[in-house]
Amino acid sequence: MVNLTPSAPSAPTRAGSRTGRETATTTGTAAARRWDARTPLRLLVRILGWAVLVALVVVVVYPLIWMVLSSFKDNAEVFGHPWGLPSQLRWHNFVKAWHAGVLHYFRNSIVVTGISIITTTLISAWAAYGLTRVRMPFSQPVLLLVTGGLMLAPTVAIIPLFRLLQAIHIFDTYWALIVLYTAFRIPFTTFLVRAYMIDLPREVDEAALMDGATQNQAFWRITLPMCRPILVSAALLQALFAWNEYAFALVFISRDSLKTLPVGLVDMQSRLLTDWPVQLAGLTIAAVPMIVLFLIGQRQFLRGLTEGMGK
Amino acid sequence: MTALLNRWRTLVWVAPAVALLLVFVYYPIVENVRLSFFSWNAFSPHPVFVGLDNYTTAFHDHVFWTALWNNTMYAVVSLIVQVGFALVLAAVLEEFVHQRLRGFLRTVYFIPATISITVAGILFSFLYNPQFGLVNRALSAVGLGSWSHAWLGEKSTAIWSIIAMSQWQSIGYTAVLFVVAIQRIPREFYEAVRVDGAGPVRSFFTITVPMVREMTTLLVIITVSGAFLVFNEVMVMTAGGPDNSSHVLNTLLYRSAFFADDMGYAATIATVIFVITFVVAVVQLAVTRRRRVEW
Repeated sequence: MVNLTPSAPSAPTRAGSRTGRETATTTGTAAARRWDARTPLRLLVRILGWAVLVALVVVVVYPLIWMVLSSFKDNAEVFGHPWGLPSQLRWHNFVKAWHAGVLHYFRNSIVVTGISIITTTLISAWAAYGLTRVRMPFSQPVLLLVTGGLMLAPTVAIIPLFRLLQAIHIFDTYWALIVLYTAFRIPFTTFLVRAYMIDLPREVDEAALMDGATQNQAFWRITLPMCRPILVSAALLQALFAWNEYAFALVFISRDSLKTLPVGLVDMQSRLLTDWPVQLAGLTIAAVPMIVLFLIGQRQFLRGLTEGMGK
Repeated sequence: MTALLNRWRTLVWVAPAVALLLVFVYYPIVENVRLSFFSWNAFSPHPVFVGLDNYTTAFHDHVFWTALWNNTMYAVVSLIVQVGFALVLAAVLEEFVHQRLRGFLRTVYFIPATISITVAGILFSFLYNPQFGLVNRALSAVGLGSWSHAWLGEKSTAIWSIIAMSQWQSIGYTAVLFVVAIQRIPREFYEAVRVDGAGPVRSFFTITVPMVREMTTLLVIITVSGAFLVFNEVMVMTAGGPDNSSHVLNTLLYRSAFFADDMGYAATIATVIFVITFVVAVVQLAVTRRRRVEW
């Protein structure tokens, strides 16, 4: 993916010669058609471009703003004045949502997300170290196994997993989700960390090994700390995945007290039918942690996404 | 002997990852294909071999074809919006917008991708509500009241309303990835065509489109396989209704397994999904490999 450089020189020459020919046939008016020349057509393109950008901001943001504003209203206001501001800030909607189940769902989401972040990043970093730094038998088949995992879709496995999790007695426990969220994210995360480790200088950990450190020590004391930036990216993407995952959480958890937010909120919807403001308050509570996490760690998020697709 | 043992001991690094992958990812997928040739349910828990019966059932099940069609439409619309339009959007962002504002817009567009599909789905089912939803109210406000629909309650609009929500959620995500790809294009290329008098539209087609080709391929793959894996949004917004019109393969799978109690049929649908997404992934591998050879 990132390997753009080899092809780079071909494109501009191709593009260059073509545009060159075109300007030649239009009898050398190139000077008049300078980039910054404000021909009406270009002005139109510019206006259209801005219109699209602004319209999209409205379309993207308005539903979210409406969600937050409506969660402070009462039913009469939501139905009667849907576009307006709430007449007062009714924080008790949030309290009510919190006690109507969001408290449990939130706690369960935190537990499952938190633990699966630790297990996924550690196990993946471990595997990535083995694949990049250790002379290991079967390293090619292992790499193939991890790569192949990227192509397999979670829901396809749901019926055998249903039997498997019951057979090993972790069905309807936190472990069902933690184990699956870890297993299905290992391919992506290992790939991400491996790509980063490949680019790290080998001399540092080799020097440590020369000085008599064991491979274990080299991993924990040297390589893992050096990988911190990519581990942060990996953790953020895992958080996004686990916090929002729905299919496994729906099928493998049946006790109401263990449900996570994506499934619990749907249950709440059928319990609170017409109480829109409280439901919207619940949605807002569920959405805020990831939005905040994204705003804080934006750069790390994007690095994870682009590097992960890259190599 | 000890040397050999030490060599094997190094496998400890990959052992946890490999074990988890084999037990919870690979085994279930293989087992699923096997189970698709059996029939069983909660009352007769011992699977009975039925050969291709489940596949024949699928072939004659019109809901199966509806679901497959809906997935296909999901893919087509997502390709147009999340690949086509997102690329234009990314180019416009890079071309016209001052750096600081650009970062802000990118952030804003990306936000819907960070909230869960459940949250987005419930939120949009409020917006689509026939009496109180903002969509119908907005239509009346601009004099298009006759266009009002019970968006999620009518057979002709349900799946399209879900698809629209999905575009709202994902366009920023793909646009941001395109922005990253565009930023990797050396500026000199643009300056070169600029000197030749090319405007923004022509430099988009002569430089941007060919230079982000790799990202385009990747996003095409991701979008298409994503469209065949849709589940959460449909479950939350319509659960396949009304009258089975908005089913997709995954919701049909879920209904067959946990409501119709026909596990073998569910496994068959899962196998179909597996084959589709796997073929798409293999095409991706083939395409990227060929390109590497070309270089």
